[in-house]
Amino acid sequence: MKLLVCISKAPDTTSRIAFTDGDKRFDESGVQFIVNPYDEWYALVRAIELVEAQGGSVTTITVGDATCDPIIRKALAIGASDAVRIDANPTDSSQVARLISNYANDKSYDIIFAGKETINHNSSAVPAMIAECMDLPYVALATSIDVDGDLSTLNCESTGGTNNVSVKGSFVLSATKGMAEQRIPNMRGIMSARTKPLTVVEASGVTATTEVSKFTLPPAKGDCVMVDADNAAELVRLLREEAKII
Amino acid sequence: MSVLVYIQTQEGKATKAGLEVASFAKNMNVGDVTALVPGTLSGDGGLGSVGVSKVLHFSEGVTDNSQLSKLTQAAAQSVDASTIVFSGNNDGNSIAPRVAIAMNVGYVSGVTCLPEGKTFTRNVFSGKATAAVNVMSDVCVISITPNSYGIKSDAGEASVETFSADIGAQRVVLNGFTPTSNDGSVPLPEAERVVSAGRGLKGPENWGIVEDLARALGATTACSRPVGDMGWRPHHEHVGQTGLTIRPDLYIACGISGAIQHLAGVNQSKVIVVINTDPEAPFFKAADYGIVGDVFEVLPKLTEAIKEL
Ligand SMILES: Cc1cc2nc3c(=O)[nH]c(=O)nc-3n(C[C@H](O)[C@H](O)[C@H](O)COP(=O)(O)OP(=O)(O)OC[C@H]3O[C@@H](n4cnc5c(N)ncnc54)[C@H](O)[C@@H]3O)c2cc1C
Ligand SMILES: Nc1ncnc2c1ncn2[C@@H]1O[C@H](COP(=O)(O)O)[C@@H](O)[C@H]1O
Repeated sequence: MKLLVCISKAPDTTSRIAFTDGDKRFDESGVQFIVNPYDEWYALVRAIELVEAQGGSVTTITVGDATCDPIIRKALAIGASDAVRIDANPTDSSQVARLISNYANDKSYDIIFAGKETINHNSSAVPAMIAECMDLPYVALATSIDVDGDLSTLNCESTGGTNNVSVKGSFVLSATKGMAEQRIPNMRGIMSARTKPLTVVEASGVTATTEVSKFTLPPAKGDCVMVDADNAAELVRLLREEAKII
Repeated sequence: MSVLVYIQTQEGKATKAGLEVASFAKNMNVGDVTALVPGTLSGDGGLGSVGVSKVLHFSEGVTDNSQLSKLTQAAAQSVDASTIVFSGNNDGNSIAPRVAIAMNVGYVSGVTCLPEGKTFTRNVFSGKATAAVNVMSDVCVISITPNSYGIKSDAGEASVETFSADIGAQRVVLNGFTPTSNDGSVPLPEAERVVSAGRGLKGPENWGIVEDLARALGATTACSRPVGDMGWRPHHEHVGQTGLTIRPDLYIACGISGAIQHLAGVNQSKVIVVINTDPEAPFFKAADYGIVGDVFEVLPKLTEAIKEL
């Protein structure tokens, strides 16, 4: 089984969010970066489990500059076989998807894994876009996958329930909660990650179709109105008369 | 110029998300609104009443997003659409990006308010910031965050035409569907009211008081991540940075500390109520109304007070 897992760099979930360059760019100074949780906990770990059980290889792919290397090494420490980094600073999801597709097109991966969304862009767009670029089927929000030869069977979240679907041959999936349990890399994994191949490839000229003109932080929240624990009726009154919400 | 909206129906009527998307499209004020409806449709599906002028009905039931993408492209071409609008729910999010790539145009997901020209506002960093995004192509594809715009009625009736297109072969086969909420409550991403509980509830056997409050309010239940991880509640109820992002009108947090990763999924709620024994719980800083108290005492009282309305 030849699997490709899309891994992106995300700010640690407790990071302070700030912007620079006239609020056009995320301020990375002092920010700790992690593997995007959906990519690590769900997509990567499940891909590794499949290869452990059935043989094959797990390659990770990342579109980004050298500041992504530490999180790529982390993915290798968790158990990926090798890694590819496409050296670019993408500004939108279509650019990421086209670069990944251009790379993956002639490499016949059986399944391309991605996360449900990045916790910084929250687009939920890249995997569907890769599928379209490569004319592959796409299964969104997978919570489980079993592979039997060239037939894959998956459960995935759909509006108001769970779909059970099957696909023959190659396809793209986005992984979400339920797919796998988080794995902490062990010492051997961390040591071996240092020598696993990380190939850097040049980005071919792919231009973005959208651009962020300005980031804005939300306005500060007003004070919380405290209500006495014995006075539930007062809370109900406030919700009705002041907040006009019930 | 015209706008195409992709609409899902339930028993022939546009879903709540569908009506919201149509309202949004109408109020963009950039041209007539045409709705593409795959699947069952009765009458105009209620779409005329939110400003849709024409419905293109594709009667076959299709579930494969690559086929639905081809269908949308054909419909967009037939009405020469300059904007194509989806609901940012699971289905919309799997079709819309494909359409944008196939048409080689810009895509903006998770739009939360009406655009200014071709500049759209969306949430980023899990709700900790917003971004204004310019689309550089002539045509744009967008998806709207559910429950961010609302349904605005608009007098009128839509004409209905049968639509057909070559949508290619089905490659993802749907074997079955298992509904998650059999209690008839609104799915979490679309819910206007949510009652959510965390580790403060002590164990899954105590969820009755949460469900009672939710029932009295007509709300949907949610939970914090540890509660989902421990199996006290199903995974699909988990909200936060690594779970669902929701923006209900009312979010009541019971026995949840308000960790930054939890807040990321709920801080766009219009009104937040926090019930927690610890006055120092960080959640109070993000709340509009708070009660320092024990959920086991407060929740039943609150449920009673609501029933008395
Ligand atoms: C990368 C990452 C991603 C994460 N993603 C998420 C996410 O998506 N969603 C999420 O929720 N968490 C997430 N977390 C976990 C998060 O950091 C918190 O650990 C979690 O939200 C805490 O859940 P809790 O509030 O239910 O439990 P606790 O933090 O244990 O809080 C329980 C609260 O209940 C109160 N309490 C106790 N007894 C009572 C009582 N009788 N009545 C009233 N109040 C009572 C306590 O005072 C306390 O404030 C993530 C963490 C990481 C590291
Ligand atoms: N720069 C990137 N490099 C590699 N994979 C990415 C990148 N950006 C996004 N992805 C993948 O696409 C998924 C969805 O991202 P997004 O569309 O940005 O929400 C992520 O969970 C990753 O698996």
